[in-house]
Amino acid sequence: MATATIFRTARVSMPIEPALLIPVVGAGILIYLAVLPLLMLLVGSFQAEVAPREFVYTLKNYHAAYASEYTYSTFLNSLIFASGSAGLSFLLGTLLAWLTERTNTPLRGIFVPIAVVPLILPGVLESIAWIFLLSPKFGYLNVWLMSLFSLQSPPFNVFSLPGMIWVHSVGQVPLAFLLMVAAFKSMDPSLEESAMMSGAGTLQTFRRITLRLLMPTAASVVLILFVRTLESFETPALIGIPARIYVYTSEIFLAFNEYPPDYGRGGALAVGLLLLSAVGVWMYTRATKEGKKFQTVTGKAFRPRQFDLGAWRWAGFGFLMTYFLFVVLLPFLVLFWASFLPFFAAPSWDALKKLSFDNYTYLYGFRPFWQAMQNSIILSSLTATVAMVLTSLVAWIVYKSRLPGSWILDFLAFVPITIPGIVMGMALILLYVAFPIPIYGTIWVLLIAYVTRFIPYGMRAASGSILQIHSELEEAAAASGASWWESFKRVTLPLLRPGLVAGWIYICIVSFREFSTSVLLATGESRVLSILLFTMFEQGQVTVVAAIGVLMIATLLAIVAVFYKLTGRVGIQT
Amino acid sequence: MIEVKSLVKIFDDGDNAGVKAVNDISFTVEEGRFYTLLGPSGCGKTTTLRCIAGLEKANEGEILVAGKKVFSAGDGTFVPAHRRPIGMVFQSYAIWPHMTVFENVAFPLRVGKQRFSSADIKKKVNNALGQVELGGYEDRMATQLSGGQQQRLALARALVREPQVLLLDEPLSNLDAKLRERMRFELRELQRRLRITTLYVTHDQIEALSMSNVIAVMNSGVIVQEGGPRDVYMQPKSKFVANFIGSTNQLNGRVSKIDNDGVGSVQTDDGEISCQLLEGLTVGSNAVVMIRPESINLHIQRPGNVANLVQGKIGAAMFLGEYVDCTVELGTNVLQTHQRHTLQVRRGDPVWIELPPGDCMALPTER
Repeated sequence: MATATIFRTARVSMPIEPALLIPVVGAGILIYLAVLPLLMLLVGSFQAEVAPREFVYTLKNYHAAYASEYTYSTFLNSLIFASGSAGLSFLLGTLLAWLTERTNTPLRGIFVPIAVVPLILPGVLESIAWIFLLSPKFGYLNVWLMSLFSLQSPPFNVFSLPGMIWVHSVGQVPLAFLLMVAAFKSMDPSLEESAMMSGAGTLQTFRRITLRLLMPTAASVVLILFVRTLESFETPALIGIPARIYVYTSEIFLAFNEYPPDYGRGGALAVGLLLLSAVGVWMYTRATKEGKKFQTVTGKAFRPRQFDLGAWRWAGFGFLMTYFLFVVLLPFLVLFWASFLPFFAAPSWDALKKLSFDNYTYLYGFRPFWQAMQNSIILSSLTATVAMVLTSLVAWIVYKSRLPGSWILDFLAFVPITIPGIVMGMALILLYVAFPIPIYGTIWVLLIAYVTRFIPYGMRAASGSILQIHSELEEAAAASGASWWESFKRVTLPLLRPGLVAGWIYICIVSFREFSTSVLLATGESRVLSILLFTMFEQGQVTVVAAIGVLMIATLLAIVAVFYKLTGRVGIQT
Repeated sequence: MIEVKSLVKIFDDGDNAGVKAVNDISFTVEEGRFYTLLGPSGCGKTTTLRCIAGLEKANEGEILVAGKKVFSAGDGTFVPAHRRPIGMVFQSYAIWPHMTVFENVAFPLRVGKQRFSSADIKKKVNNALGQVELGGYEDRMATQLSGGQQQRLALARALVREPQVLLLDEPLSNLDAKLRERMRFELRELQRRLRITTLYVTHDQIEALSMSNVIAVMNSGVIVQEGGPRDVYMQPKSKFVANFIGSTNQLNGRVSKIDNDGVGSVQTDDGEISCQLLEGLTVGSNAVVMIRPESINLHIQRPGNVANLVQGKIGAAMFLGEYVDCTVELGTNVLQTHQRHTLQVRRGDPVWIELPPGDCMALPTER
């Protein structure tokens, strides 16, 4: 129906010449990618068996999913995990953002890039690193603290709900930090200054003005952190499952991993998670729209007021240093250290003698590693390319073509943001097990999954740069005698390039570290690096896993380096 | 050179009816002329220009450029923008930021149907840049130019193809006052030298008056008056035109006498004023007499034997450098006048006002 509307009305008022087929094809692709799997998931969750000859309606899946003895504990675990992580990462992120943006803490400038560094660490590795540090049996921090204070039992146990919350939170802090920095940056200092001129003291100003102005943004940030935790699977897989603490994502995974796999129950659980996530995203978009009502961003560049912390600024500095050493640096160090060990051991003179490149030489001849590396590189670059080509076309149609009904394309391209990774995996299994295209078990089903999931990111990059291009720049090309294609090739595309390159790199990175979709879809030959890490870690080859992790981080760093070089070169000063 | 016949352009506004941005407009621009569409924002002047350029598709009417039909609602003709023999300068200049000055100007030569050798391109670009005095800037990035230079670059780009028609969409509105004054002069000189047919869109009356051969004043999607700058200024046919172009004094009254040749008298609260009458006025009908501030003569002593002499006193006098802006209170009306800067008067001084009949214009009162 959607495509029909676009086609019919497009005929009447299209002033310039691009083929009318493009929007229809675009809508078709988006429906195929984003809507069809969800429909299949919904159908599958009401189905008696997978890929049946005829459809038999049943509620037994929902019964199995939501009326079992575990229903209550899973619900409670998910709730505590998600709200705990959202709260903790919000607090840490806000504190970091406030200290670096709004106070006179010493050296605050250098902590801004440092706070973002953990983004480079894939979630799987984040969990593994913290297991190395906080495992009750062999965790470095536990061992040290026990010998230092001659404790009887380990002070930390990562295999617990607080442990999961901690590990997931530190991985999410950069996101909270970036969002809150933006909020602090966009605040007009004169709003606070006029409160002070009205006689309010520093504390009163902070409480009555600063905090109130931040409320809408803060609420939406907490909400998005909550939803993202609910959707995540890295920590629930690596820490939650061994600790027997199950959340929704791990329940879905376990339903799939039973023998025989219970796709029906997995589907029913996935539908529930999808609904939760959709409600969260809906509330988030509403909250951010509400926030715009008393938005303090005016496009002016502000120099935010700085709070003088007095002697407390050294406390702030101490916090930043501690955060940097223990939260940012330590996970990298422990992975690096472990990658040279034959078996896991605490740093000591003894262990130092055992250091070797054995793990790396082993990997050199280890075929599954190269297979996974190849898959990951092919997939991430293909995903980024396909997603950017698709989204730049869609964004052009939505924002430039003035076609009536193009908002449908915009909406369709936004839908995947509500789909949790593991739900996407579940939906694609249900789709391609039944579908006559033999791509299940290959990297092509992963490509479809990645492209679908990252379309919203591509849309943001593409629409951002398309909106920046003044339409007169394209009209001037037409008035100079350029056809639609010449104008697109010589004017639109070159102007879009920086934004598209940035989007490409971003999608490349998130695809490279993707875990929660791949965990259901990547098997055997189609395994990617994050999945290889997961399975080898489960098998206990922890030091080889550390070596893979180091190589994975090195590859990601290389991508980022290329990104900086490219954007530096193609950047346009306007 | 440009012929626009009964052009109608409707924009969708969600309703079925839509908004008529251009409502049945017809005009002709003769070859080599400088023709200006003048009007307030939202009057449809830019939409008309964009229809001629081919950037908008009109709903009704016909457009001919250089004798060739480029649009006709009747037979469905629509020549796309890039096939029309036009050059255009945009309000934002639309200089491509990813190209050098040379590449910006060379662009029309590289994308057109006609192919040029690189030597030809070089020659033509240099020539075009020379015309706008941008020689020597070829290798600069376009974004490194100042506002005025970007404006001239946009002009060079529009001219390099040697188009039959030049379209200018408020090209001076982004410049500061001093630069605008100079560019007005340069643009007019260039147009005269190249003898290129030019259609100019502006909301600035001074630009329109100083540059144009013909001005069409537009309001609400229609042309309300067309004529030479002098005609439009001195003989406005409606209150809208009189008010929109320059400042003007208005005296309400009733037609008391009609002589031959469109001359007559209007009885106002401050006496009978002989003036020119617009066609269609009859004795007894309500009328408003328009007179420009600079047309009013002010006398300290009563002059002998002049027409339309009214006594009043100075209300306020403001020294503005070039002239003195001086209001005079009559019995009921207050007139604004511009006087020589040598005038020395004070508030309350008695003065005599002379309204030259040739500069007074009576229009029907609009309801």
